[in-house]
Amino acid sequence: MKPNAPHLTLDLRTRELDTIGVNESDLRHPWWYNVKFVAWGILFGIVAVKAEILSWFRIHEMFRFESFHMFGIIGTAVMVGALSVLVIKRTNAKTIHGETIHIPSKTFNQGNIYGAFIFGLGWAITGACPGPLFAQIGAGYSVVVVTLLSAIAGTWVYGRFREKLPH
Amino acid sequence: MLELIRQPWPWYVAGVIIGLTVPYLLIIGNKTFGLSSSLRHVCAACIPAGIPFFRYAWKKEAWSLFFVGGIALGAYIAVHWLSDPAPIRLAASTSERLAAQGLIDTSSLMPAEIFSWSSLFTLRGFLFMVVGGFMVGFGTRYGGGCTSGHAIMGLSSLQWPSLVATIMFMLGGVVMTWLILPLLLGL
Repeated sequence: MKPNAPHLTLDLRTRELDTIGVNESDLRHPWWYNVKFVAWGILFGIVAVKAEILSWFRIHEMFRFESFHMFGIIGTAVMVGALSVLVIKRTNAKTIHGETIHIPSKTFNQGNIYGAFIFGLGWAITGACPGPLFAQIGAGYSVVVVTLLSAIAGTWVYGRFREKLPH
Repeated sequence: MLELIRQPWPWYVAGVIIGLTVPYLLIIGNKTFGLSSSLRHVCAACIPAGIPFFRYAWKKEAWSLFFVGGIALGAYIAVHWLSDPAPIRLAASTSERLAAQGLIDTSSLMPAEIFSWSSLFTLRGFLFMVVGGFMVGFGTRYGGGCTSGHAIMGLSSLQWPSLVATIMFMLGGVVMTWLILPLLLGL
């Protein structure tokens, strides 16, 4: 690694903005180590179907405040997540590969306001945030492939014009 | 046992499993939970076009693509082998209002009147799927994350920018659902 190479510095700066990979491990693993992520993804996908998180109707109900279901799921998830982070920090837990666990802090930028609002608009009509998009496709709604491609296009357009957007 | 699994799962079971994603990812690989980044990695892998935002070693982030691949697979498994034949139980007020707005079929997970290939080429279908998807992809990246990255991971680690983002995307959803959606459903 040459940390003073200009393209690497730029790379790190753009990555820190949304904390992508800033804590990434230096360890190199063979590709099949990713089976652990596939396994949890499968569990996540099953939960998304069985608790109807991928359902457009459930998301609609949530935004109409007509059901506690989705609020219960997100609220419980945050509580379990927060408790886990607390325990990890208190016990100085290590990863299974012996590395120190590090959670990067997010720095505020105006995108957290404008971008998040735009995402909210999209979430309420597609009935899906990015995770459930993949779940909807797996559940057999093949037309959602179009929604996913459009979301990828949206991410690309953001990357293309990000210098011109207020941050 | 299988009978129990086949029934719809209550919110607290789903909430606990989704919450446990946070420590699982941290412990097995020092990864922070966030799913919208996978869209960025697809851009970096397939269409970087020399844009600095997509010029990074995406292969090191490939775990996220394996994770979302697993989500699709898990959903397939659940629908084919663990599904409950009964229709989704919506709040009565929700299904009544939707029926009045033309969404009568609430038997499956998605409104059949909108999310189909035949509806894709209507103005309404185009707005729901193509424009909606674009807003999800653009908005999550501009906002720095989605429900998993901000609401769950961000709030769990007490990051105030994530609280701002969560409030803003809930607000966006409320504005769409209450003010804009009734007009779109009438198209």
